[in-house]
Amino acid sequence: MFAFCADPKSIEGLQWLLCYLTSGKHMLFYGSFGTVLLLLAITAPVALAFGFGGAVAARSSFLPLSLLGKAYTSMVRGVPDIIFFLFVPIALDQGFEYLRHKVKCPDWDKPIWQGNDFIVCPEAKLPLSTSPQSVHEVYGFSLAVLAFAVVFGAFAANVLYGAMRAVPRAQMETAEAYGMSQRQAFWRILVPQMWVYALPGLSNLWMILIKATPLLFLLGVEDIVYWARELGGSKTQAFEYPHPDWRVWYFLVLLAFYLGMTRISEGVLGRVTARLSRGQATLGGEMQRKAAR
Amino acid sequence: MSCVQTIHDYALRSIGIGERLLPKGEMTLCEHFTLIGSGLIWNIYYGALALLIGFFLANALAVAKASANPWARKPAEWFIFVFRGSPLFIQFFLAYEAFVLIPRMGWDIPLGFMTVTVETSWLSKAWLGALIVLCLNTAAYSGEIFYGALRSIPKGDIEAADAYGMSGWSRFRRIMWPTMLRLAWPAYTNEAIFLFHATTLVYFSGFPAFQQKGDALYYATYFASLTFNPFVAYPVIAVYFILLTVTVIATFGLIGRRLNRHLPQSSRPRFRLRPQIIR
Repeated sequence: MFAFCADPKSIEGLQWLLCYLTSGKHMLFYGSFGTVLLLLAITAPVALAFGFGGAVAARSSFLPLSLLGKAYTSMVRGVPDIIFFLFVPIALDQGFEYLRHKVKCPDWDKPIWQGNDFIVCPEAKLPLSTSPQSVHEVYGFSLAVLAFAVVFGAFAANVLYGAMRAVPRAQMETAEAYGMSQRQAFWRILVPQMWVYALPGLSNLWMILIKATPLLFLLGVEDIVYWARELGGSKTQAFEYPHPDWRVWYFLVLLAFYLGMTRISEGVLGRVTARLSRGQATLGGEMQRKAAR
Repeated sequence: MSCVQTIHDYALRSIGIGERLLPKGEMTLCEHFTLIGSGLIWNIYYGALALLIGFFLANALAVAKASANPWARKPAEWFIFVFRGSPLFIQFFLAYEAFVLIPRMGWDIPLGFMTVTVETSWLSKAWLGALIVLCLNTAAYSGEIFYGALRSIPKGDIEAADAYGMSGWSRFRRIMWPTMLRLAWPAYTNEAIFLFHATTLVYFSGFPAFQQKGDALYYATYFASLTFNPFVAYPVIAVYFILLTVTVIATFGLIGRRLNRHLPQSSRPRFRLRPQIIR
């Protein structure tokens, strides 16, 4: 990074610290904060979409669909989410490979589960063993995102299902009285109004999602926890920057990062609540109306 | 090997009784159920003890946060913010690294007539270190729940207590505290469920499983990584956790019924098997 960092063994004090904190590995560490933010940015909308789908399915009048939706919404209730985080990526990975195996190698006659192994033909491997490292990393990250989206989609489905039922029945009756069809009433009346009821649950969910991001580490993604352990571990003289066990300090930085994220989110969500309450037939909306007069 | 033999060998494996080597080769369903069930002992140990100790801490925190004195309020607010605002996973890592750094020696605490030696090396073991983290974590979450309940005690109850000439400790003990518990109970049930779920994180977050004595999820991942088949081990542990969750809900439902026993039949909250799902 800096010219004086060429020989780290000869420098001391602040300069040493500056060089240490700008080393190549540390740049990767700072980049991994971006990985976490990227995960949040992708997972939140995808999970919301999953949740919306789940809630609509659970409300459906078609019995199998509604049972499916209800099973999805209740799956996170009794079972720890971390079990899903461990289960979903492997299950998805094996599912994808199994499907590709069926399509690409129809005349493969050996069994796929051989005792304690899961073997598909080489062409069905995901990603292909010939593809570069970056493809493997992207694939691993996508599986992680999918796992997060499935689990948090189930949480969100629960919240949205409740919010849809919380919209006053009179609103829907009015829509019907105006001659709107089921579909029109759903999209024009129910969906715009449900958000204010869903917001407390969704903001809670966002907080949980933030706090679930370190679990990326368990899915084999090189995230901030991975780098904190990697960089903090004690380094002998063989390394460029030898130091004792500093993991505690690295984890303190992560703690501060998460506390900051929580604080910022609290502020933003407070504003969103105020914005969404505007003009709503709720206590919050009524208070805003009175204050504006 | 028959299933009875398996149960004999592995039912208490997680606390170090029985066969030393974990099963290898072809895994039967019986081995899955036995070993994962044996790991559940640790989940119950962490969950139950943390809940018990955390309950007392949480009461203190709630009262401190509701207090008018900033010397009591501010520390409680910060404690709750730090433990609720950061991931439990990071808290485990941080605690483990901090406990490892504490010099491995005993501290002599003179108690006048005798001296008690406190071994700090136990802190880096999961059974104590992780328990401490879980206690503090659940205390922060339940403290916030109790604080919210404390603030929503009906004004009339307090006025009635005043009218009877109660004040200070007796008013708190006889009126405010029971009402607070009653109001907080549904949310507290939810917190208990989440706490039991959170115990699965212990052996994935720095704290090592000594001699392969781990919790239910530790053994479930052991099976899944060995057989490369996630479709047996994870559903088995899911079954166990659903049973555990139902037990927690039933137990808390009974306590909740007792807390509400003075209310007229119609205004008692109904016992539901559909708790909220958000911590």
